[in-house]
This record gives sequence, structure tokens and C-alpha cells, in this order.
Amino acid sequence: MEDYEIVLGARGDRRLTATDYIQRMVPDFIEFHGDRLYGDDRAVIAGIGSVAGVPVTVIGIEKGKTTAERIRRNFGSAHPEGYRKSLRLMKQAAKFHRPVLCIVDTAGAFCGVDAEEHGQGRAIADNLFEMADLATPILSLIIGEGGSGGALALCHSDRIWMMEDAYFSVVSPESCANILWKSTEKAAEAAKSLGLTAAKLHKAGLIDRVCRNDERKKLAADIAEELTRLAELPMPELLEGRYRRFRRVGY
Amino acid sequence: MDLRKLFLKANNEPEGTNSFLRTRYVNCRDCGKKLSVARVRKNLFVCPECGRYMTVRARRRILMLTDRRSFTELDRELESRNILGFPEYEAKLTAAQEKSREREGVVCGVATIDGHRCCIFAMDANFMMGSMGSVVGEKITRLFEYATGRGLPVIGVTVSGGARMQEGMYSLLQMSKVSAAVRRHSNAGNLYVVLLTDPTTGGVDASFAMQGDITLAEPGARIGFAGPRVIEKSLKQALPKDFQRAERVLSCGFIDAIVPRNEQKGYLAKILELHGL
Repeated sequence: MEDYEIVLGARGDRRLTATDYIQRMVPDFIEFHGDRLYGDDRAVIAGIGSVAGVPVTVIGIEKGKTTAERIRRNFGSAHPEGYRKSLRLMKQAAKFHRPVLCIVDTAGAFCGVDAEEHGQGRAIADNLFEMADLATPILSLIIGEGGSGGALALCHSDRIWMMEDAYFSVVSPESCANILWKSTEKAAEAAKSLGLTAAKLHKAGLIDRVCRNDERKKLAADIAEELTRLAELPMPELLEGRYRRFRRVGY
Repeated sequence: MDLRKLFLKANNEPEGTNSFLRTRYVNCRDCGKKLSVARVRKNLFVCPECGRYMTVRARRRILMLTDRRSFTELDRELESRNILGFPEYEAKLTAAQEKSREREGVVCGVATIDGHRCCIFAMDANFMMGSMGSVVGEKITRLFEYATGRGLPVIGVTVSGGARMQEGMYSLLQMSKVSAAVRRHSNAGNLYVVLLTDPTTGGVDASFAMQGDITLAEPGARIGFAGPRVIEKSLKQALPKDFQRAERVLSCGFIDAIVPRNEQKGYLAKILELHGL
């Protein structure tokens, strides 16, 4: 499959969303709302439950399936309130020694006047800053779109896994083509150049595992096993590993 | 050493080699007035007629904020390579190096401000719009690690269009890399003061520009995550007049103070002094 087809597929209507993954992997999920500061962002689903018997805090970005639900979910583009809700619950997870599972599927953080004036940049920066030494294991799973900073805000993790047909990119191929070559028609070329597929990112060592769709049934068990293994590490070792994970990128 | 490097070396002296300075007059981009360069320079690159803040390149910015001859540069030799084989990237890097007379988009080092020792970095708008690639991320990370090891404060001057597209995910992940280094610096009880200049946007806004203990800005600077055109286009909504301007961002609660250019050095010195540094 061409890289751009993967991007288009990741945006597809019939694709599984975060809710589907949560229903299948976290059958006893309880959702919690609100950032305790301003509001509740419905693009971000957060709560607790157990994955293959292991209690976890789950944060997911939800796009919605029907038109009505997509509007309610803001098409999976989070406001600062969404990131602040996620951070609130991640800190709570650390308090109760619960690992965190982030399920990422977003075209990007929302761009709008309110989002800007409520501190979109600050909210993402806070997540990166706090997750850097959040004292509990974090695993991020990109199930569809990993759109730039809005996705990265939930990926400062010990492990980043991606579904084989997901993408993770610094910029959408369309914007990239538009900015560099003044033509959105070159999006396919941009997609190829950006190296945004799970296979390429894994080969570059930027993500840790590519998960196959035909092994999705095994996914919950794999995640539980990985989180349990990480939870057994002494805390300084876990955090040093997380630091090194990002420290080695790029130079 | 190739010719380009020789060229860069010859032209990288901090004072007096700027072609801008050899031109005797410039026109202000806002008010259009013809201004003598000497007058603009004396006024710290603020238009003496209309008050417009002009872009200041990284090396000059550091000279403006630090004590004379106190600056020692770190990691100057780091240079980007085309890690993804991205089309036209090498040519853009060469053009950016010529335009900015820097090897990369940030200058880092150690200096004193009214005698107070600190680490300082300044980004350069002339280098691919101050975009952050692997080398920019690496240099800033190294500076924070250096400062953490020595218990030094960090002063950061940001100007950036965001993460550099040509390095794909390597660029995006620099946000995480720098943030983790800022966190360690902070955990060790060290001070980080950031000065936001026009424009500070995208991935830089969403990482180390917003992680300072004290967040300052220049008057009128654009500060935000998304570009205003993106917002206007996607929402078909007229934007408030001072949208994403420092004054507005301050009233929204995200900046500690707006500091005019001629007061910045003294302001930073005062902050360092009050922290016992």
C-alpha cells in the first residue's frame, strides 16, 4: 500500500475508533469527566478499567462514528480542556500506581479562537513536561491518525505502539505539500517523504512495535504484559528509560 | 573544510559584518519611513518612528541581552543532515545558512547578564523561519543538560514557525526530547526564564516556549499554537484584532509580563538577582 493510501485509510469512515478498542480491551471501563478547571472535552474519553486483569487508567481520543456523534466529539480534535483532563487522570494514575494506556486517533489538536485563548500550546507543553517523569508506566497505542502535536501530547510514553495501518506525522501531507509546493495535489509525494507509516517509523526506531490487525484479539494481553513488565522496574530505571527513549532521537 | 564553511566562518563574527548594517538606510515594513541604520541599531532594532519591533538575529539578540564579551558558544559545530532524504532539503539548508550566517536555527552558550552567570539560547528567524529540526532540539537539550549539571539558570529567546517538516517525526519528537530536559533542569531546582518573540508558534509554542518558570514576551509578538490563516480558513471566522498578540495572550493568563526591548537586559538581571544567582 502507498503511504498516502495509509493516511487516507486511517481517516476512513468505517475504521474502529477509540471507543471500539476500549469496549474490546477494557470491558469494565468507567468513564470520568472534566478537567476541574474549565470544562469537559468530549473529544477525549478518560477513565479507569482493567486490561486483561490489570487495572489501568485509559485516555482515548474519540472521533465518533455517526455524523451527530462526530460533531459531538469535534471530529477527534481536542481542546486544551481535553489535554488537561488527560493530565489530571494521569496524575491520579500515578498516585494509585496504575499504569496509563493512551489510545491515540486525531488529525491534530483543535485550531480555533477558543482553543488558542484557553492555551492549546500550553496544554500540550504541560503534558510533555509532566509525562516526562510521571511515576507510572505509560503505553501509547496509535490506532489511526497520529496528527502532530495533538497526538504527541499523549505519546510521551515508555512505549509507543502503532497499528500497522496507522500513521504518525509532524504535519498532514496536504498541509506539507501546500506549504512547500503550493499544491495539495502533491500530498502523496509529501506522505512518502515524511516517513509517517508504522513500518517506516519502527524501522527508524522511533516507535516500539507495529501491531497487526489480524492479531487484534491478542492486543489486550500484549498490552497488559508490557505494562506489567514496566511496572516491575524500579521507578528510577523506568524514568531513566523514558528519558533515554526520547533523548536519542535525531542526533 | 569546504568553501561554504569557510564563508560561514568568515562571516560569523558577531559585530559589523551584517549586510544590513552596510546598507545605510532601510524602510520600516510597517510605517514605510526611511530610517538610517545607525538610528535603528541605536534603538535596538525598534522603529524609532512607529515603534515596530524588527526581527533580531540570534547572535545579535544574545549580544543585546548579555554583558560585553561574556558569551561563550556551545555546540556551534552541529549541522543538520537530510535524515529522511526529503526533496530539496539540502538546498534549503544551504540557503538558510547563507541567509542567517548560522549553521543552524539556534545559538546556545554561557554568558553573564549584569554579572549573573547563566546559560542562554536564542533562535534565529532567518534560519527556515526558526523551525525546529533535530539539531535545534539537540542543541537546546544539551544546553539544559549542561545547565542542570552546573546548577545554572537558562534564559531562552524563542522565535519559531514550529517543527521542521523536512525532518518528519524526528522534528516532532524534539518537542518531547527538549521537554524532558527542561523537566530535569526544573526538578533540580533551577530557573528557566523564557522570552517569547515574534512569532513563537507551533511545536515550539507547544513545548519549551510554554515551560518556563517565568514567561516574558516582547510587545506585539504573535504567540500561539496554530497559524492564524489556518484558523481563519478552517473556521471561516474573522479573528479578534489582537488575536494571538502578546498583550491578548497576557490577558488570557499565559504570560507573566511584556517587557520592552530596552528594558529586557535589566529585567532579566533583576530576576536572576532575586533568585540569588
